[in-house]
Amino acid sequence: MIPAAFDYARPTTVDEALQALAAGGEDAKVLAGGQSLIPVMRLRLAAPSMVVDLTRVTELRGVREEGGDDGALVIGAMTTHSDVVSDPLIAQHAPLIAQATETVADRQVRHRGTFGGALAHADPAGDLPAVALALDAEFVLAGPGGRRTVPAREFFVDYLTTALAEDELLVEVRVPKLAGQWGMHYEKFNRVAQAWSIVAVAAAVRREDGHIAEARIGLTNMGPTPLRATASEQALAGAVAGADAVAEAGPARRRGNLAQRRPQRQGRLPCASRPGAHPPGGQRSGRSPDVGVSRATRELVHRPGSRRRGVAGAARHRADRPLHARRRPGLGHR
Amino acid sequence: MTQISVRVDGASYTDEVEPRTLLVHYLREQLGKVGTVVGCDTSNCGACTVHLDGEAVKSCTVLAVQADGSEVTTIEGIAQNGGLHPMQKAFHELHGLQCGYCTPGMIMASIDLVGDNPDPSEHEVREGIEGNLCRCTGYQNIVRAVQQGAAEMRGAQQ
Repeated sequence: MIPAAFDYARPTTVDEALQALAAGGEDAKVLAGGQSLIPVMRLRLAAPSMVVDLTRVTELRGVREEGGDDGALVIGAMTTHSDVVSDPLIAQHAPLIAQATETVADRQVRHRGTFGGALAHADPAGDLPAVALALDAEFVLAGPGGRRTVPAREFFVDYLTTALAEDELLVEVRVPKLAGQWGMHYEKFNRVAQAWSIVAVAAAVRREDGHIAEARIGLTNMGPTPLRATASEQALAGAVAGADAVAEAGPARRRGNLAQRRPQRQGRLPCASRPGAHPPGGQRSGRSPDVGVSRATRELVHRPGSRRRGVAGAARHRADRPLHARRRPGLGHR
Repeated sequence: MTQISVRVDGASYTDEVEPRTLLVHYLREQLGKVGTVVGCDTSNCGACTVHLDGEAVKSCTVLAVQADGSEVTTIEGIAQNGGLHPMQKAFHELHGLQCGYCTPGMIMASIDLVGDNPDPSEHEVREGIEGNLCRCTGYQNIVRAVQQGAAEMRGAQQ
């Protein structure tokens, strides 16, 4: 399929991009890496009148540090997934981002797809929104009136919907450095042939004297937006860092984790839903979060350093097991 | 229409394209580079994989205008000194194909993988080509071919 015709702008600066976006009106779409937008345009689920291509806005690429050890990483919105995966600053200060990004789609898509594009697309099945939420990232949005900063908790408004206004661009994301006793892990459950998460959990835990001082847990594809498992976080805080606390924090807190606000629709509406997308949240069984939260946090308790395992790695792991072990409904899926 | 200048398989082209033209359609229909195929039309199968400025991309998910000023390499441009590229040769020798439809994309993705990881394990090959689907399920020989191709590429560099 070929996309419907559109006007094309290829700015080289943020200011030019904002002008092009304003000139394009409400039917304008921003093209970052294009790995979600171009497929939906091809299927004619989106038919923007104007496409503003940010590929040449070089100021939006790259990762830099702000402040000292208590500072932040600033990730440019147009930094590709490949660059994120190999970035030394991210590896040092926010390895959870690299670990989750490594599981996004495949090599070809990671070469084009961007960090900011994935966040602005706000697909609840995407891996990066829950990671940004778990890390308490801040989103810097540029608009005609200047820049504003939106915390992750307010950025994701609804299914494929963010706090970005029609005339705004996501320019960078500020992620607090988590050093010292923080351990992080991303646990993802997906079909073998598809890298989209069925569900996934992003967890970061700070340990002090054998206790969990603080836990931050983001949930992928368990609602119309990424969610924080706040009840599990509270249950873990102060607990002895061991399997018992983790086991307690999963199932016992299920209701609390999923009983989160269902926000009112506002802000920028999506052009279209992703083809083949699952119905947003609410209709899922409450069971998956328990399994994911338990596994991700258990992983941290036993191995404080992050462990990497890509999508095909998980698939391969499963293929090594005997057939009967693969067919336990609700247990073997990862 | 927008004018673009690209180098494809070592030759320079300047053409008028509609912004909505996908890179794969430009390659096939305007340049006649039909070695690059369209498989799934949903960005899943990787059959249309080419190298854009040295990186493997799915050419059905890149606009031709985005390749303006860039270097594109297709399956038709990888033969060396009139002979097959080591990765092509390995796919041929180890029969890393059944119907052959996924092969151009498999080979382009594999060369990209080996560029980053000159000696991939079987597991790393499977992970590295996860963006390419073989509907014949001929993965066993494909994986063997990629490993042999990698070995030959290492040898060729020494």
